[in-house]
Amino acid sequence: MSKNNCAVVGVGQTKYQTTRGDVSMAGLVREAAYRALEDAEMSWSDIDAVVIGKAPDFFEGVMMPEIYLAEALGCAGKPILRVHTAGSVGGSTALVATSLIQAGIHERVLTLGFEKQSESNATWALSLPQPFSVSINAGAGGYFSPIIRQYMIESAAPELIGCMVAFKDRQHALRNPYAHLHQHDLTFDQVVEAPMLWEPIRYSETCPSSDGACAMVLGSESVGDASSKPVAWVQGTSMRSEANTFPGRNEVNPRASRECADDVFSQAGITDRRREIDVVEMYVPFSWYEPMWLESLGFAEIGEGWKMVEEGATHIDGGDLPVNCSGGVLSTNPIGASGMIRFAEAALQVRQMAGEHQVDGVQRSLGHAYGGGAQYFAMWILGDTKP
Amino acid sequence: MSEPSQVEIELPAEIRDVEPVQSIRTPIRMTYDYIPSSSAIASLNAYAEKRILGGVSPIDGAVFVPPRGVDPRHGVATTETVDLPDTGHIGSFCVTRLPIPGREDLEIPYVSAWIFLDGADVGFLGLVSGVDTSEVHIGMRVKALWKPDDELGRTAENIVSWIPSGEPSLPFEEAGVRGYRKRSGAKGSDPLA
Repeated sequence: MSKNNCAVVGVGQTKYQTTRGDVSMAGLVREAAYRALEDAEMSWSDIDAVVIGKAPDFFEGVMMPEIYLAEALGCAGKPILRVHTAGSVGGSTALVATSLIQAGIHERVLTLGFEKQSESNATWALSLPQPFSVSINAGAGGYFSPIIRQYMIESAAPELIGCMVAFKDRQHALRNPYAHLHQHDLTFDQVVEAPMLWEPIRYSETCPSSDGACAMVLGSESVGDASSKPVAWVQGTSMRSEANTFPGRNEVNPRASRECADDVFSQAGITDRRREIDVVEMYVPFSWYEPMWLESLGFAEIGEGWKMVEEGATHIDGGDLPVNCSGGVLSTNPIGASGMIRFAEAALQVRQMAGEHQVDGVQRSLGHAYGGGAQYFAMWILGDTKP
Repeated sequence: MSEPSQVEIELPAEIRDVEPVQSIRTPIRMTYDYIPSSSAIASLNAYAEKRILGGVSPIDGAVFVPPRGVDPRHGVATTETVDLPDTGHIGSFCVTRLPIPGREDLEIPYVSAWIFLDGADVGFLGLVSGVDTSEVHIGMRVKALWKPDDELGRTAENIVSWIPSGEPSLPFEEAGVRGYRKRSGAKGSDPLA
Protein backbone atom coordinates (compact mmCIF):
# COMPACT_ATOMS: atom_id res chain seq x y z
CA MET A 1 0.00 0.00 0.00
CA SER A 2 1.54 3.28 -1.00
CA LYS A 3 1.83 6.18 1.41
CA ASN A 4 1.36 9.87 0.72
CA ASN A 5 4.50 11.95 1.10
CA CYS A 6 5.08 13.94 4.27
CA ALA A 7 7.41 16.89 4.85
CA VAL A 8 8.65 18.78 7.89
CA VAL A 9 7.79 22.40 7.01
CA GLY A 10 8.29 24.09 10.39
CA VAL A 11 10.31 23.65 13.58
CA GLY A 12 9.98 25.59 16.84
CA GLN A 13 11.82 25.23 20.13
CA THR A 14 11.88 26.98 23.47
CA LYS A 15 15.12 27.87 25.15
CA TYR A 16 15.85 24.89 27.38
CA GLN A 17 16.80 25.57 30.99
CA THR A 18 16.46 24.18 34.51
CA THR A 19 13.42 26.27 35.38
CA ARG A 20 11.12 28.19 33.08
CA GLY A 21 9.48 30.00 35.96
CA ASP A 22 8.15 32.71 33.68
CA VAL A 23 5.63 30.45 31.92
CA SER A 24 3.06 27.83 32.83
CA MET A 25 2.94 24.48 31.05
CA ALA A 26 0.49 26.03 28.61
CA GLY A 27 2.78 29.01 28.00
CA LEU A 28 5.70 26.67 27.42
CA VAL A 29 4.00 24.56 24.75
CA ARG A 30 2.46 27.61 23.10
CA GLU A 31 5.89 29.21 22.72
CA ALA A 32 7.30 26.22 20.82
CA ALA A 33 4.14 25.80 18.74
CA TYR A 34 4.06 29.50 17.83
CA ARG A 35 7.66 29.36 16.64
CA ALA A 36 6.97 26.25 14.55
CA LEU A 37 3.99 27.98 12.92
CA GLU A 38 6.11 31.06 12.29
CA ASP A 39 8.79 28.92 10.64
CA ALA A 40 6.10 27.22 8.53
CA GLU A 41 4.57 30.62 7.65
CA MET A 42 1.20 29.40 8.91
CA SER A 43 -1.32 30.47 11.52
CA TRP A 44 -3.26 28.45 14.09
CA SER A 45 -6.25 28.16 11.78
CA ASP A 46 -4.17 26.37 9.12
CA ILE A 47 -3.62 23.37 11.40
CA ASP A 48 -5.94 20.34 11.04
CA ALA A 49 -4.91 18.40 14.16
CA VAL A 50 -2.40 18.25 17.03
CA VAL A 51 -0.39 15.23 18.18
CA ILE A 52 1.27 15.74 21.55
CA GLY A 53 3.57 13.66 23.75
CA LYS A 54 5.24 13.86 27.13
CA ALA A 55 6.69 11.57 29.78
CA PRO A 56 4.26 9.83 32.17
CA ASP A 57 1.72 12.17 33.78
CA PHE A 58 2.90 11.45 37.31
CA PHE A 59 6.15 13.30 36.61
CA GLU A 60 4.41 16.68 37.01
CA GLY A 61 1.28 15.24 38.61
CA VAL A 62 -1.03 16.74 35.98
CA MET A 63 -3.23 14.01 34.58
CA MET A 64 -4.04 14.06 30.86
CA PRO A 65 -2.51 17.54 30.42
CA GLU A 66 -3.34 17.42 26.70
CA ILE A 67 -6.95 18.19 27.61
CA TYR A 68 -6.11 21.50 29.23
CA LEU A 69 -3.31 22.32 26.76
CA ALA A 70 -5.54 21.98 23.69
CA GLU A 71 -6.67 25.57 23.93
CA ALA A 72 -3.13 26.93 24.27
CA LEU A 73 -2.30 25.00 21.10
CA GLY A 74 -5.13 26.56 19.12
CA CYS A 75 -6.76 23.16 19.06
CA ALA A 76 -10.21 23.78 20.57
CA GLY A 77 -12.70 21.95 18.35
CA LYS A 78 -9.99 20.06 16.48
CA PRO A 79 -8.65 16.52 16.92
CA ILE A 80 -5.87 16.13 19.49
CA LEU A 81 -4.06 12.88 20.11
CA ARG A 82 -1.78 12.01 23.01
CA VAL A 83 1.10 9.55 22.69
CA HIS A 84 2.73 7.59 25.56
CA THR A 85 6.01 5.72 25.05
CA ALA A 86 8.18 6.83 27.99
CA GLY A 87 11.49 8.46 26.95
CA SER A 88 11.04 7.69 23.26
CA VAL A 89 7.73 9.57 23.27
CA GLY A 90 8.99 12.62 21.40
CA GLY A 91 9.99 10.39 18.49
CA SER A 92 6.87 8.23 18.57
CA THR A 93 4.70 11.36 18.71
CA ALA A 94 6.28 12.72 15.55
CA LEU A 95 5.76 9.34 13.86
CA VAL A 96 2.07 9.23 14.79
CA ALA A 97 1.69 12.74 13.35
CA THR A 98 3.53 11.61 10.20
CA SER A 99 1.16 8.67 9.82
CA LEU A 100 -1.83 11.03 9.79
CA ILE A 101 -0.32 12.85 6.80
CA GLN A 102 0.84 9.69 5.06
CA ALA A 103 -2.60 8.15 5.41
CA GLY A 104 -4.16 11.20 3.80
CA ILE A 105 -6.26 12.01 6.86
CA HIS A 106 -4.84 15.52 7.34
CA GLU A 107 -2.90 18.11 5.31
CA ARG A 108 -1.15 19.97 8.15
CA VAL A 109 -0.45 18.53 11.59
CA LEU A 110 1.19 20.27 14.54
CA THR A 111 3.19 17.85 16.69
CA LEU A 112 4.78 18.69 19.99
CA GLY A 113 6.65 17.21 22.95
CA PHE A 114 7.30 18.89 26.28
CA GLU A 115 8.35 18.48 29.89
CA LYS A 116 8.46 20.85 32.81
CA GLN A 117 10.92 18.99 35.00
CA SER A 118 11.14 21.91 37.42
CA GLU A 119 7.56 21.08 38.45
CA SER A 120 8.40 17.39 38.70
CA ASN A 121 10.82 14.97 40.32
CA ALA A 122 11.97 12.43 37.77
CA THR A 123 14.20 10.42 40.11
CA TRP A 124 11.26 10.03 42.49
CA ALA A 125 8.93 9.14 39.64
CA LEU A 126 11.35 6.51 38.34
CA SER A 127 12.02 5.02 41.80
CA LEU A 128 8.44 4.29 42.88
CA PRO A 129 8.14 1.39 45.31
CA GLN A 130 6.29 -1.58 43.83
CA PRO A 131 4.67 -4.32 45.84
CA PHE A 132 6.70 -7.09 44.23
CA SER A 133 10.20 -5.71 44.61
CA VAL A 134 12.45 -3.86 46.98
CA SER A 135 12.90 -0.13 46.41
CA ILE A 136 16.58 0.37 45.68
CA ASN A 137 16.70 1.60 42.09
CA ALA A 138 17.85 5.21 41.90
CA GLY A 139 16.17 6.59 38.79
CA ALA A 140 17.20 5.99 35.20
CA GLY A 141 20.92 6.00 36.02
CA GLY A 142 20.48 3.14 38.44
CA TYR A 143 18.73 1.16 35.71
CA PHE A 144 21.16 1.81 32.86
CA SER A 145 24.42 1.58 34.82
CA PRO A 146 24.42 -2.27 34.95
CA ILE A 147 23.77 -2.38 31.20
CA ILE A 148 26.60 0.03 30.44
CA ARG A 149 28.88 -2.00 32.71
CA GLN A 150 28.22 -5.09 30.57
CA TYR A 151 28.92 -3.16 27.34
CA MET A 152 32.24 -1.94 28.74
CA ILE A 153 33.30 -5.52 29.48
CA GLU A 154 31.94 -7.06 26.26
CA SER A 155 33.54 -4.43 24.01
CA ALA A 156 36.75 -4.01 26.04
CA ALA A 157 36.41 -0.29 25.32
CA PRO A 158 38.91 2.12 26.90
CA GLU A 159 37.61 3.49 30.20
CA LEU A 160 37.30 7.12 29.09
CA ILE A 161 35.19 6.65 25.94
CA GLY A 162 32.10 7.81 27.84
CA CYS A 163 33.91 10.97 28.95
CA MET A 164 34.89 11.65 25.32
CA VAL A 165 31.22 11.48 24.27
CA ALA A 166 30.14 13.77 27.12
CA PHE A 167 32.85 16.33 26.34
CA LYS A 168 32.00 16.28 22.61
CA ASP A 169 28.28 16.81 23.18
CA ARG A 170 28.91 19.70 25.59
CA GLN A 171 31.20 21.26 22.97
CA HIS A 172 28.51 20.84 20.34
CA ALA A 173 25.95 22.47 22.66
CA LEU A 174 27.97 25.70 22.66
CA ARG A 175 26.91 26.12 19.02
CA ASN A 176 23.22 25.67 19.78
CA PRO A 177 21.55 28.71 21.38
CA TYR A 178 18.58 26.59 22.53
CA ALA A 179 20.73 24.02 24.42
CA HIS A 180 20.37 23.90 28.20
CA LEU A 181 24.03 23.42 29.16
CA HIS A 182 26.50 25.98 27.87
CA GLN A 183 29.67 25.06 29.73
CA HIS A 184 32.13 27.40 28.03
CA ASP A 185 35.07 26.66 30.31
CA LEU A 186 34.55 22.91 30.68
CA THR A 187 37.73 20.86 30.20
CA PHE A 188 38.07 17.16 29.42
CA ASP A 189 39.85 16.68 32.75
CA GLN A 190 36.85 18.12 34.59
CA VAL A 191 34.61 15.59 32.85
CA VAL A 192 36.93 12.76 33.91
CA GLU A 193 37.30 14.01 37.48
CA ALA A 194 33.56 14.45 38.09
CA PRO A 195 32.22 12.21 40.87
CA MET A 196 30.65 8.85 40.11
CA LEU A 197 26.88 8.93 40.64
CA TRP A 198 25.83 5.52 39.37
CA GLU A 199 29.23 3.88 38.93
CA PRO A 200 30.40 3.47 36.17
CA ILE A 201 28.40 6.60 35.23
CA ARG A 202 29.88 9.93 36.29
CA TYR A 203 27.85 13.04 37.08
CA SER A 204 29.39 14.61 33.96
CA GLU A 205 28.18 11.69 31.82
CA THR A 206 24.49 12.15 32.58
CA CYS A 207 21.85 14.44 31.13
CA PRO A 208 20.58 17.55 32.92
CA SER A 209 17.01 18.10 34.07
CA SER A 210 15.33 20.62 31.79
CA ASP A 211 12.14 22.53 31.10
CA GLY A 212 11.21 22.92 27.46
CA ALA A 213 9.06 22.13 24.46
CA CYS A 214 9.76 21.31 20.84
CA ALA A 215 7.23 21.44 18.01
CA MET A 216 7.07 20.65 14.32
CA VAL A 217 4.57 21.36 11.57
CA LEU A 218 4.23 18.42 9.21
CA GLY A 219 2.59 18.81 5.83
CA SER A 220 1.40 16.76 2.89
CA GLU A 221 3.22 16.70 -0.46
CA SER A 222 1.33 19.74 -1.75
CA VAL A 223 2.03 21.64 1.47
CA GLY A 224 5.72 20.74 1.21
CA ASP A 225 5.85 21.77 -2.45
CA ALA A 226 4.25 25.13 -1.63
CA SER A 227 6.75 26.00 1.11
CA SER A 228 8.97 29.00 0.43
CA LYS A 229 11.68 27.47 2.62
CA PRO A 230 13.57 24.18 2.28
CA VAL A 231 11.61 21.24 3.71
CA ALA A 232 12.72 17.81 4.97
CA TRP A 233 10.97 14.86 3.32
CA VAL A 234 10.21 11.76 5.36
CA GLN A 235 11.98 8.81 3.72
CA GLY A 236 11.39 6.19 6.38
CA THR A 237 9.71 5.74 9.77
CA SER A 238 9.78 2.85 12.22
CA MET A 239 8.80 1.95 15.78
CA ARG A 240 9.54 -1.24 17.72
CA SER A 241 9.06 -2.38 21.32
CA GLU A 242 10.05 -5.33 23.48
CA ALA A 243 9.52 -6.44 27.10
CA ASN A 244 12.13 -5.08 29.48
CA THR A 245 12.94 -8.46 30.93
CA PHE A 246 12.85 -11.95 29.45
CA PRO A 247 15.26 -14.87 29.37
CA GLY A 248 18.38 -14.13 27.34
CA ARG A 249 17.33 -10.57 26.53
CA ASN A 250 20.18 -8.70 24.90
CA GLU A 251 20.01 -5.60 27.09
CA VAL A 252 23.09 -3.98 25.55
CA ASN A 253 21.87 -4.32 21.97
CA PRO A 254 18.13 -5.00 22.08
CA ARG A 255 16.51 -6.89 19.26
CA ALA A 256 13.77 -4.21 18.99
CA SER A 257 16.48 -1.61 18.34
CA ARG A 258 18.17 -3.66 15.62
CA GLU A 259 14.91 -4.51 13.89
CA CYS A 260 13.71 -0.91 14.06
CA ALA A 261 16.98 0.22 12.42
CA ASP A 262 16.81 -2.48 9.74
CA ASP A 263 13.27 -1.41 8.90
CA VAL A 264 13.91 2.32 8.67
CA PHE A 265 17.11 1.98 6.60
CA SER A 266 15.40 -0.47 4.28
CA GLN A 267 12.48 1.94 3.70
CA ALA A 268 14.95 4.68 2.78
CA GLY A 269 16.81 2.33 0.40
CA ILE A 270 20.04 2.70 2.37
CA THR A 271 22.60 -0.10 2.25
CA ASP A 272 25.84 1.60 3.38
CA ARG A 273 24.54 3.25 6.53
CA ARG A 274 27.66 5.15 7.58
CA ARG A 275 28.28 6.56 4.11
CA GLU A 276 24.70 7.35 3.11
CA ILE A 277 23.65 9.11 6.32
CA ASP A 278 25.23 12.54 6.76
CA VAL A 279 24.30 13.37 10.33
CA VAL A 280 22.60 11.62 13.28
CA GLU A 281 20.56 12.94 16.18
CA MET A 282 20.62 10.04 18.62
CA TYR A 283 19.04 9.62 22.06
CA VAL A 284 22.06 9.52 24.41
CA PRO A 285 21.07 10.37 28.00
CA PHE A 286 24.13 8.57 29.38
CA SER A 287 27.37 9.00 27.44
CA TRP A 288 28.09 5.31 26.82
CA TYR A 289 24.90 4.97 24.83
CA GLU A 290 26.56 6.68 21.85
CA PRO A 291 28.92 3.78 21.07
CA MET A 292 26.21 1.28 22.03
CA TRP A 293 23.68 2.76 19.60
CA LEU A 294 26.32 3.24 16.87
CA GLU A 295 26.63 -0.56 16.93
CA SER A 296 22.94 -1.29 17.28
CA LEU A 297 22.10 1.06 14.39
CA GLY A 298 24.69 -0.66 12.20
CA PHE A 299 27.05 2.30 11.82
CA ALA A 300 29.79 0.18 13.44
CA GLU A 301 30.47 -3.53 13.87
CA ILE A 302 29.45 -5.09 17.19
CA GLY A 303 32.02 -4.17 19.84
CA GLU A 304 33.56 -1.40 17.72
CA GLY A 305 31.28 1.60 18.20
CA TRP A 306 33.72 3.06 20.72
CA LYS A 307 36.40 3.24 18.01
CA MET A 308 34.30 5.77 16.09
CA VAL A 309 34.15 7.88 19.25
CA GLU A 310 37.89 7.53 19.81
CA GLU A 311 38.65 8.51 16.20
CA GLY A 312 36.45 11.60 16.40
CA ALA A 313 34.13 10.23 13.68
CA THR A 314 31.11 11.58 15.53
CA HIS A 315 32.49 15.08 16.17
CA ILE A 316 31.03 17.95 14.15
CA ASP A 317 34.56 19.09 13.29
CA GLY A 318 36.08 16.57 10.92
CA GLY A 319 33.86 13.60 11.73
CA ASP A 320 32.38 11.63 8.84
CA LEU A 321 29.21 10.84 10.85
CA PRO A 322 28.57 13.75 13.24
CA VAL A 323 26.31 12.69 16.12
CA ASN A 324 24.23 15.12 18.19
CA CYS A 325 25.50 18.41 16.73
CA SER A 326 22.80 20.11 18.83
CA GLY A 327 24.50 18.91 22.03
CA GLY A 328 22.07 16.01 22.37
CA VAL A 329 20.20 14.77 25.42
CA LEU A 330 23.45 15.09 27.39
CA SER A 331 23.10 18.87 27.06
CA THR A 332 19.29 19.22 27.12
CA ASN A 333 16.70 16.88 28.63
CA PRO A 334 13.08 17.96 28.89
CA ILE A 335 12.18 14.24 28.85
CA GLY A 336 8.96 14.29 26.84
CA ALA A 337 10.49 16.67 24.31
CA SER A 338 13.91 15.00 24.07
CA GLY A 339 12.91 12.55 21.33
CA MET A 340 11.08 15.29 19.41
CA ILE A 341 14.22 17.47 19.59
CA ARG A 342 16.24 14.66 17.97
CA PHE A 343 13.68 14.39 15.18
CA ALA A 344 13.43 18.17 14.75
CA GLU A 345 17.20 18.68 14.74
CA ALA A 346 17.46 15.98 12.05
CA ALA A 347 14.97 18.08 10.05
CA LEU A 348 16.88 21.33 10.60
CA GLN A 349 20.07 19.69 9.30
CA VAL A 350 18.38 18.54 6.08
CA ARG A 351 16.82 22.00 5.66
CA GLN A 352 20.27 23.60 6.17
CA MET A 353 18.73 25.65 8.97
CA ALA A 354 20.72 24.44 11.99
CA GLY A 355 22.75 27.62 12.23
CA GLU A 356 26.14 27.34 13.90
CA HIS A 357 25.80 23.58 14.37
CA GLN A 358 24.85 22.97 10.73
CA VAL A 359 26.87 20.24 8.99
CA ASP A 360 27.77 21.16 5.42
CA GLY A 361 25.87 19.51 2.60
CA VAL A 362 23.48 17.31 4.57
CA GLN A 363 21.21 15.38 2.26
CA ARG A 364 20.01 12.69 4.64
CA SER A 365 19.72 12.52 8.42
CA LEU A 366 18.59 10.04 11.05
CA GLY A 367 16.48 10.99 14.09
CA HIS A 368 16.46 8.39 16.89
CA ALA A 369 14.79 8.00 20.27
CA TYR A 370 14.54 5.24 22.86
CA GLY A 371 12.64 4.85 26.10
CA GLY A 372 11.66 2.66 29.04
CA GLY A 373 14.29 0.09 29.91
CA ALA A 374 15.84 0.54 26.42
CA GLN A 375 12.76 -1.23 25.07
CA TYR A 376 10.80 1.35 23.02
CA PHE A 377 12.36 2.66 19.80
CA ALA A 378 11.36 5.33 17.29
CA MET A 379 13.37 6.39 14.23
CA TRP A 380 12.97 8.40 11.09
CA ILE A 381 15.13 9.18 8.10
CA LEU A 382 14.74 12.54 6.40
CA GLY A 383 16.05 13.71 3.06
CA ASP A 384 16.19 16.82 0.90
CA THR A 385 14.35 14.95 -1.87
CA LYS A 386 11.07 13.06 -1.95
CA PRO A 387 11.36 9.31 -1.39
CA MET B 1 -0.57 35.36 13.02
CA SER B 2 -3.80 35.12 14.94
CA GLU B 3 -2.35 35.83 18.38
CA PRO B 4 -4.99 36.82 20.93
CA SER B 5 -5.01 40.48 21.76
CA GLN B 6 -3.27 41.40 24.98
CA VAL B 7 -5.77 42.54 27.58
CA GLU B 8 -4.58 45.11 30.11
CA ILE B 9 -5.50 43.94 33.60
CA GLU B 10 -5.90 46.58 36.25
CA LEU B 11 -5.25 45.27 39.75
CA PRO B 12 -7.05 46.74 42.77
CA ALA B 13 -4.89 49.34 44.48
CA GLU B 14 -4.45 47.31 47.68
CA ILE B 15 -2.62 44.42 45.93
CA ARG B 16 -0.74 46.36 43.29
CA ASP B 17 2.54 46.24 45.22
CA VAL B 18 2.26 42.61 46.33
CA GLU B 19 4.84 40.24 44.89
CA PRO B 20 3.14 38.07 42.24
CA VAL B 21 2.79 34.33 42.92
CA GLN B 22 4.60 32.49 40.13
CA SER B 23 4.93 29.01 41.56
CA ILE B 24 3.14 26.93 44.19
CA ARG B 25 4.32 23.60 45.58
CA THR B 26 1.56 21.37 46.93
CA PRO B 27 2.90 18.01 48.16
CA ILE B 28 0.21 15.35 48.02
CA ARG B 29 -0.12 11.85 49.41
CA MET B 30 -2.24 8.92 48.41
CA THR B 31 -2.67 5.58 50.14
CA TYR B 32 -4.26 2.68 48.36
CA ASP B 33 -4.97 -1.01 48.76
CA TYR B 34 -3.01 -3.34 46.55
CA ILE B 35 -4.94 -6.38 45.35
CA PRO B 36 -2.41 -8.84 43.95
CA SER B 37 -2.99 -11.16 41.03
CA SER B 38 -3.29 -14.90 41.73
CA SER B 39 0.36 -15.55 40.89
CA ALA B 40 1.43 -12.58 43.02
CA ILE B 41 -0.59 -13.84 45.99
CA ALA B 42 1.11 -17.23 45.83
CA SER B 43 4.51 -15.59 45.59
CA LEU B 44 3.93 -13.10 48.43
CA ASN B 45 2.56 -15.86 50.68
CA ALA B 46 5.64 -17.94 49.90
CA TYR B 47 7.93 -15.06 50.88
CA ALA B 48 6.32 -15.11 54.34
CA GLU B 49 7.55 -18.72 54.65
CA LYS B 50 11.05 -17.81 53.41
CA ARG B 51 10.35 -19.48 50.08
CA ILE B 52 10.90 -17.98 46.63
CA LEU B 53 8.54 -19.02 43.83
CA GLY B 54 9.22 -19.03 40.09
CA GLY B 55 6.76 -19.33 37.21
CA VAL B 56 7.50 -21.91 34.52
CA SER B 57 6.95 -21.27 30.80
CA PRO B 58 4.84 -24.01 29.21
CA ILE B 59 6.72 -23.40 25.94
CA ASP B 60 10.33 -24.12 26.89
CA GLY B 61 10.44 -24.45 30.68
CA ALA B 62 12.10 -21.05 31.24
CA VAL B 63 11.68 -19.93 34.87
CA PHE B 64 10.52 -16.40 35.72
CA VAL B 65 11.02 -14.81 39.13
CA PRO B 66 9.09 -13.12 40.59
CA PRO B 67 6.29 -14.99 38.83
CA ARG B 68 4.02 -12.58 36.95
CA GLY B 69 1.88 -15.39 35.63
CA VAL B 70 3.01 -14.85 32.05
CA ASP B 71 5.81 -15.63 29.62
CA PRO B 72 6.06 -12.28 27.79
CA ARG B 73 8.02 -13.80 24.90
CA HIS B 74 5.15 -15.99 23.81
CA GLY B 75 2.18 -14.25 25.36
CA VAL B 76 1.12 -17.36 27.26
CA ALA B 77 0.20 -17.91 30.89
CA THR B 78 2.62 -19.79 33.13
CA THR B 79 0.62 -22.54 34.79
CA GLU B 80 3.24 -24.25 36.95
CA THR B 81 5.30 -22.79 39.80
CA VAL B 82 8.54 -24.09 41.29
CA ASP B 83 10.41 -23.40 44.51
CA LEU B 84 13.75 -21.72 43.92
CA PRO B 85 16.77 -21.72 46.24
CA ASP B 86 17.83 -18.49 47.92
CA THR B 87 21.23 -18.65 46.25
CA GLY B 88 22.38 -17.23 42.95
CA HIS B 89 24.81 -14.83 41.34
CA ILE B 90 25.14 -11.18 40.29
CA GLY B 91 24.23 -10.63 36.61
CA SER B 92 25.30 -6.99 36.66
CA PHE B 93 25.20 -4.14 39.15
CA CYS B 94 25.39 -0.43 39.91
CA VAL B 95 27.30 1.28 42.67
CA THR B 96 24.97 4.13 43.63
CA ARG B 97 26.39 7.20 45.30
CA LEU B 98 23.28 9.33 45.72
CA PRO B 99 20.32 8.98 48.06
CA ILE B 100 16.97 7.81 46.70
CA PRO B 101 13.59 9.04 47.85
CA GLY B 102 12.05 6.81 50.51
CA ARG B 103 15.25 4.88 51.32
CA GLU B 104 17.07 7.27 53.60
CA ASP B 105 18.18 4.18 55.55
CA LEU B 106 20.58 3.10 52.77
CA GLU B 107 24.19 3.91 53.47
CA ILE B 108 25.96 5.46 50.48
CA PRO B 109 27.56 4.03 48.43
CA TYR B 110 25.38 0.97 48.07
CA VAL B 111 25.23 -1.76 45.43
CA SER B 112 22.02 -2.63 43.61
CA ALA B 113 22.40 -5.77 41.52
CA TRP B 114 20.49 -7.99 39.15
CA ILE B 115 20.27 -11.24 41.13
CA PHE B 116 19.96 -14.42 39.06
CA LEU B 117 18.81 -17.25 41.32
CA ASP B 118 20.02 -20.79 40.64
CA GLY B 119 17.42 -22.33 38.36
CA ALA B 120 15.89 -19.00 37.25
CA ASP B 121 16.17 -17.51 33.76
CA VAL B 122 15.57 -13.84 34.56
CA GLY B 123 17.04 -11.62 37.23
CA PHE B 124 15.51 -9.18 39.71
CA LEU B 125 16.91 -6.23 41.63
CA GLY B 126 18.45 -6.77 45.04
CA LEU B 127 20.70 -4.94 47.47
CA VAL B 128 24.19 -6.41 47.98
CA SER B 129 25.87 -6.07 51.37
CA GLY B 130 28.59 -7.65 53.47
CA VAL B 131 31.30 -6.87 50.92
CA ASP B 132 33.35 -3.84 49.96
CA THR B 133 31.83 -2.19 46.85
CA SER B 134 35.18 -2.48 45.06
CA GLU B 135 35.05 -6.29 45.35
CA VAL B 136 31.60 -6.74 43.84
CA HIS B 137 31.75 -8.21 40.33
CA ILE B 138 29.58 -9.78 37.64
CA GLY B 139 29.29 -13.51 38.30
CA MET B 140 29.83 -13.20 42.08
CA ARG B 141 27.92 -15.90 44.02
CA VAL B 142 25.47 -14.61 46.64
CA LYS B 143 22.87 -15.88 49.12
CA ALA B 144 19.86 -14.23 50.71
CA LEU B 145 20.05 -12.52 54.08
CA TRP B 146 16.51 -12.92 55.50
CA LYS B 147 14.86 -10.84 58.17
CA PRO B 148 14.41 -12.53 61.56
CA ASP B 149 11.51 -15.02 61.49
CA ASP B 150 9.29 -12.86 63.71
CA GLU B 151 9.58 -9.95 61.27
CA LEU B 152 8.62 -11.85 58.13
CA GLY B 153 5.68 -10.56 56.09
CA ARG B 154 4.12 -11.16 52.71
CA THR B 155 6.73 -9.05 50.93
CA ALA B 156 9.94 -9.25 48.91
CA GLU B 157 11.42 -7.00 51.60
CA ASN B 158 11.82 -10.12 53.76
CA ILE B 159 15.16 -10.43 52.00
CA VAL B 160 17.20 -7.61 53.50
CA SER B 161 20.07 -8.02 51.07
CA TRP B 162 22.27 -10.48 49.23
CA ILE B 163 25.63 -11.39 50.73
CA PRO B 164 28.60 -13.22 49.21
CA SER B 165 28.29 -17.00 49.67
CA GLY B 166 32.01 -17.58 49.23
CA GLU B 167 31.53 -20.03 46.34
CA PRO B 168 33.66 -19.59 43.19
CA SER B 169 32.33 -16.91 40.83
CA LEU B 170 30.75 -17.64 37.45
CA PRO B 171 32.69 -16.45 34.41
CA PHE B 172 31.27 -13.27 32.77
CA GLU B 173 30.17 -15.32 29.75
CA GLU B 174 27.82 -17.40 31.90
CA ALA B 175 26.55 -14.67 34.21
CA GLY B 176 23.24 -12.84 33.95
CA VAL B 177 21.35 -12.94 30.65
CA ARG B 178 24.33 -14.65 29.01
CA GLY B 179 23.68 -17.76 31.11
CA TYR B 180 20.33 -18.45 29.46
CA ARG B 181 21.75 -17.84 25.98
CA LYS B 182 24.49 -20.35 26.66
CA ARG B 183 22.13 -22.95 28.14
CA SER B 184 19.62 -22.60 25.34
CA GLY B 185 22.29 -22.50 22.65
CA ALA B 186 21.11 -18.95 21.82
CA LYS B 187 18.00 -20.48 20.30
CA GLY B 188 15.84 -18.35 22.55
CA SER B 189 14.19 -15.17 21.42
CA ASP B 190 17.45 -13.66 20.36
CA PRO B 191 19.39 -15.36 17.56
CA LEU B 192 22.03 -12.62 17.47
CA ALA B 193 22.75 -12.76 21.18
